[in-house]
Amino acid sequence: MPATLFQKVWDAHTVRTLPSGQTQLFVGLHLVHEVTSPQAFDMLRQHGWPVAFPNRTFATADHIVPTRSQKRPFLDVMAEEMMGSLERNCRSAGIQLWAPDDEQQGIVHVIGPELGLTQPGMTIACGDSHTSTHGALGAVAFGIGTSQVRDVLASQCLALDPLKVRRIEVTGKLSRGVFAKDVILTIIRRLGVNGGVGFAYEYGGDTLDAMTIDERMTVCNMSIEGGARVGYVNPDEKTFEFLRGRPFAPAEGDAFEHAVAWWRQMASDANAHYDDRVTVDATTIEPTVTWGINPGQSVAVSEPIAADPDDEALAFMGFKPGSRVQGTRIDVAFIGSCTNGRLSDLEEAARIVKGHHVASHVQALIVPGSRAISRAAEARGLHEVFMAAGFEWRGAGCSMCLGMNPDKLVGQQVSASSSNRNFKGRQGSPTGRTLLMSPAMVAAAAIAGEVVDVREMLDPVPA
Amino acid sequence: MSNQPSTISHLKGRALPLRGHDIDTDRIMPARFLVAVSFEGLEQHLFEDDRKADPAHPFNDPRYAGATILVVNANFGCGSSREHAPQGLARAGYRALVGESFSEIFQGNAAMLGMPCFVASHDDVERLQTLIEQSPDVEIAADVATGAITAGPLRLTAVLPAALRDGFLSGQWNPTAMLLDRFDEVRAVAARLPYVSGF
Repeated sequence: MPATLFQKVWDAHTVRTLPSGQTQLFVGLHLVHEVTSPQAFDMLRQHGWPVAFPNRTFATADHIVPTRSQKRPFLDVMAEEMMGSLERNCRSAGIQLWAPDDEQQGIVHVIGPELGLTQPGMTIACGDSHTSTHGALGAVAFGIGTSQVRDVLASQCLALDPLKVRRIEVTGKLSRGVFAKDVILTIIRRLGVNGGVGFAYEYGGDTLDAMTIDERMTVCNMSIEGGARVGYVNPDEKTFEFLRGRPFAPAEGDAFEHAVAWWRQMASDANAHYDDRVTVDATTIEPTVTWGINPGQSVAVSEPIAADPDDEALAFMGFKPGSRVQGTRIDVAFIGSCTNGRLSDLEEAARIVKGHHVASHVQALIVPGSRAISRAAEARGLHEVFMAAGFEWRGAGCSMCLGMNPDKLVGQQVSASSSNRNFKGRQGSPTGRTLLMSPAMVAAAAIAGEVVDVREMLDPVPA
Repeated sequence: MSNQPSTISHLKGRALPLRGHDIDTDRIMPARFLVAVSFEGLEQHLFEDDRKADPAHPFNDPRYAGATILVVNANFGCGSSREHAPQGLARAGYRALVGESFSEIFQGNAAMLGMPCFVASHDDVERLQTLIEQSPDVEIAADVATGAITAGPLRLTAVLPAALRDGFLSGQWNPTAMLLDRFDEVRAVAARLPYVSGF
């Protein structure tokens, strides 16, 4: 029977059907961070349950980590307590932890793929909704709550209902100045912020085939913003080459070749059945920006906001029906996060920034997704490009994607952000306003001091 | 939170109507309150920013004090997977939600706390919200097995995902013990996976 990757992975990891009718699903990789795990470890201790598979569990710290100085103890006493709690829990359970002073530290969804922990055909769980990111390598990856973190620590399993699978076929070449971020924002706008509830999204088509693994991660990352808990791309040669030689990938030689053979056959079969199919024409996608308070409320940068019934969003953001986001003055520019904080994102932004300067009224931050990305960017001199242009070059962490560390909007500031959520209060100020866009668009906005069309800042195409 | 699951079959109590679609977990529980190592006290911060911004927010309205059922619209609990959101609601005394739709992660997290999220039609939810706004003392009764919800003169039928419903009815809504029950089978599955056993 032809099957989708989702079905194959689900079947390979099914332990049994529980009395409730749910599936007991084995979790191949459990990623842990400081925010959603301390209560789970407490629950384990209360019951006297050990961590079942400490060698399939890996931890890092990202949400609360300050990006200006990562020296311990953290200035925020509570953040330091969370960090200490994670360290104690990992030490006593025998779990590998990459703390802020380790070379491998970074945002959990950035370091998983970077270290080769994330592999095709796996089930992955993490107490974070952006776990869908790992689907870019052909894994089935679930964001879970803390009680489920407890379950995975105790049993390496989850009790879940299977998902339906929607194939999202994206075809055609992206125009210059249009990126993976624009593709996923367009998909969410079209299918809605709850269109994916009950579904895993399988992204494919020649647009996805042409994307790098980094770009596929941006797409899969925001699946949850469309309501889909799981998003993935079938593994291909790019996936295998991405993994080759990474620290936790199978060793070069027979092991790697065996792995590739297994990974290859986990991909969806050509004639697999899908519960739903959607096609998206990538050639018509333009640089996209959000105008509202959820990631589905977006427009092409030059497009007027429709006469939308969501008055709450318009009022909060200060837009009027028919107005344009282009030309909106910004206060903060943020490039980073698990959505767009990878090396290729910084390279793309640097191309725009080079030779320009950040507008005088704008605070602009570059926050690499991991310490490895910081090192790689510094080796290429990107930090100098950014600092010369007036950007702050920060340490790795979640930073201004969410208000859990010192990087926060103040008052009604408007932020051009490469992150994933424009919810009210998301960036740390209850009245702060977020405009989501690609890193290149953020870089262009930082320089112009207002939202602009990045295509106007690109070098002309050589004839 | 109790760690001894018990059966949940009927819920009864006064309700709070919270209107609006796509209310995300950042709004239910702003991120700064997640800088903590326990869930204690989270109930004090439910909708804190929304409540400050809007004095007329239903969570500020004393008429709804003591409500144990929250009536919401579509895609409630979207966004972040933070269990801190349903934890805050449970610790504030909420025992069930009725809404047009819920984010999958929120609904699952709430179920783990023994808090059913009933899904009803748009029109039924609107009628229920209007009734509660007009008569805040009206008692709502919800039947987990049938999905029947009654409130004064209103009779409506809501649904729960079958597995969650059966979990509430059988007292097995907290699955850890079940997941540990046949651990040899877990080890067997792990051993069959080439990335666990070694390529």
